[in-house]
Amino acid sequence: MLETTLCGIPFKNPLIAASGVFGFGAEYGELYDVSIWGGLCTKGLTLQPKSGNSGYRIYETASGVMNSIGLQNPGVEAFVNTELPRMKKLNTRIIANLGGHSTDDYLLGIEKLDRTDVDMIELNISCPNVKSGGMAFGLQAKSAGEIVGLCRERCHKPFMVKLSPNAENIVDVALACENAGADALSLVNTFQAMAIDVKKRKPVFENTYAGLSGAAIKPLALRMVHAVCQKVSIPVVGIGGIRTAEDVIEFMMAGATAVQIGAALFSNPLLPIQMIDGLQQLMEQEKISDLSEIRGIIK
Amino acid sequence: MEYFQTKVINHYQVGKGIFVMELVANGSRCRAGQFFMLKTADASRPLMRPISIYQATDNSVSFMYRISGQGTEELSHLKNNDTIFILGPLGNGFPCEKVSGRIALIGGGIGIAPLWFTAETLLKNTENEVDVYLGYRDELFALDHFVILDTDFFIATEYGDEGYHGLITDLFEPDHYDAVFACGPEPMMKAVFTMCKEVRTPLWISAERRMACGVGACLGCAFPTLNGVKRVCKDGPVFADKELCWES
Ligand SMILES: Cc1cc2nc3c(=O)[nH]c(=O)nc-3n(C[C@H](O)[C@H](O)[C@H](O)COP(=O)(O)OP(=O)(O)OC[C@H]3O[C@@H](n4cnc5c(N)ncnc54)[C@H](O)[C@@H]3O)c2cc1C
Ligand SMILES: Cc1cc2nc3c(=O)[nH]c(=O)nc-3n(C[C@H](O)[C@H](O)[C@H](O)COP(=O)(O)O)c2cc1C
Ligand code: FES
Repeated sequence: MLETTLCGIPFKNPLIAASGVFGFGAEYGELYDVSIWGGLCTKGLTLQPKSGNSGYRIYETASGVMNSIGLQNPGVEAFVNTELPRMKKLNTRIIANLGGHSTDDYLLGIEKLDRTDVDMIELNISCPNVKSGGMAFGLQAKSAGEIVGLCRERCHKPFMVKLSPNAENIVDVALACENAGADALSLVNTFQAMAIDVKKRKPVFENTYAGLSGAAIKPLALRMVHAVCQKVSIPVVGIGGIRTAEDVIEFMMAGATAVQIGAALFSNPLLPIQMIDGLQQLMEQEKISDLSEIRGIIK
Repeated sequence: MEYFQTKVINHYQVGKGIFVMELVANGSRCRAGQFFMLKTADASRPLMRPISIYQATDNSVSFMYRISGQGTEELSHLKNNDTIFILGPLGNGFPCEKVSGRIALIGGGIGIAPLWFTAETLLKNTENEVDVYLGYRDELFALDHFVILDTDFFIATEYGDEGYHGLITDLFEPDHYDAVFACGPEPMMKAVFTMCKEVRTPLWISAERRMACGVGACLGCAFPTLNGVKRVCKDGPVFADKELCWES
């Protein structure tokens, strides 16, 4: 009932753990069998290891979470040698999320990942928390199309591009990525946002701005997924503030093929288990026998 | 580690804005210095709150917390039988089995919370001798719990009139001990670190960082150490002096 195909790969359900909230899948494994997920995105990888940002990295807002992790990760090489073999033992799809500071970073990174047995690559041109590169590639259609085209040439795996809601025009960026050969799009990454410590008279985050996620961004993300789905013909994975089975169905009705779940895991670590049950119940109630019946019904 | 819904069985105030809350849970696998992530049932907050284990038994786990914002304020409204969600036990805890002899526990402010259970654990080894140092701002709290322990006590209040008037570190003599555990404000722990380092007394501190996942998956609680960036929730909250990159 929940089976979903994304870029020709079968997923047992449309629920994917979003990049950055699930490490490399080991930690939550102490709590439940993480193979129940349709797929897992790795923490954002970069060619070289990164130690991330200093100062506050997490900040709670009224109905969201701001983060400024700064892509802390062990680097592509260490991921391939130590994390991936363990992840591949899980009975779920593994999606490697790749970030970068420069074109070369992305190209060398993608060449390395292409030789591994990850199921899919998600190109992150939307991280707002690194000083150079990162989101800069994803803000305009031209730069996004260029990097995606170059990576596409080197990537023989299903290739998804993760878009930034901070783009000048996310639909234009989406079309540029599609034209440059992306197999799928995932959106959205976090919204660039800000918090100020009134007593210290300083921004909460050392980088001044950080990325907002969680329930607060859901309606915004849904609008963007809808707008992009109206224009592109490749599959779209919806991301942003998804917390309930109904949220999942909303994103599907707006045109998403699958969804990713991030910040909602912080307030309910067993969410995927409950969401799978909840989806089945909701589908029965609403007399939906296959998700394809409702996909993109909102024009 | 488990995530589950449970009930409050006892909840009372022990000082100005400070509460002890006891929950139904099997605490037999809890180690001193570990913590749980907590949230109320109607949690409007997007994040759970990390709180140290104050006491754990086979059928209950308790917490001592200070109201310091909306999340802890919400906790303080819970009554007996109310529902609460908890994730834990989390983190490494103090290395109670690795130390022996004369041991000092130093707590500052609400940082004294994990020390009751820690002292009790250490005293299970009858060869250990434990001294407890409690540093308060003004008003004393939870002292009636601590005094039932077979330990020596040192009390200081920075602005109050009880005990020694000043900082708890003024009373502390690091060369008397085989090991020291500290939990409290970072300036206090840094002072203890410098004092212990001078006389080579081994020290473990309990670090505090803002947390999102609590299990090591989000890298939100990064703590730089000499062995690289560690996660307070998973690799900590307790870190050994050898790892700390605090200047002294
Ligand atoms: C490992 C660990 C153990 C702790 N044990 C205890 C304890 O036993 N008793 C106790 O009273 N407090 C303890 N704290 C501190 C406690 O977590 C915070 O006081 C609490 O999260 C504040 O939440 P709030 O909603 O009241 O405050 P707010 O300021 O409204 O919280 C906003 C956000 O910041 C976070 N935050 C604010 N202050 C802190 C802080 N000092 N440390 C970590 N996160 C913070 C909150 O979790 C929340 O995400 C511990 C912290 C850690 C990391
Ligand atoms: C703590 C944290 C770390 C994140 N790290 C990454 C990352 O490394 N790479 C990436 O593409 N997105 C990262 N994200 C963004 C999420 O994958 C997701 O796109 C975003 O949070 C919106 O979804 P949500 O509202 O469900 O959290 C991170 C988000 C959070 C909260
Ligand atoms: S709080 Fe997520 S890694 Fe520590």
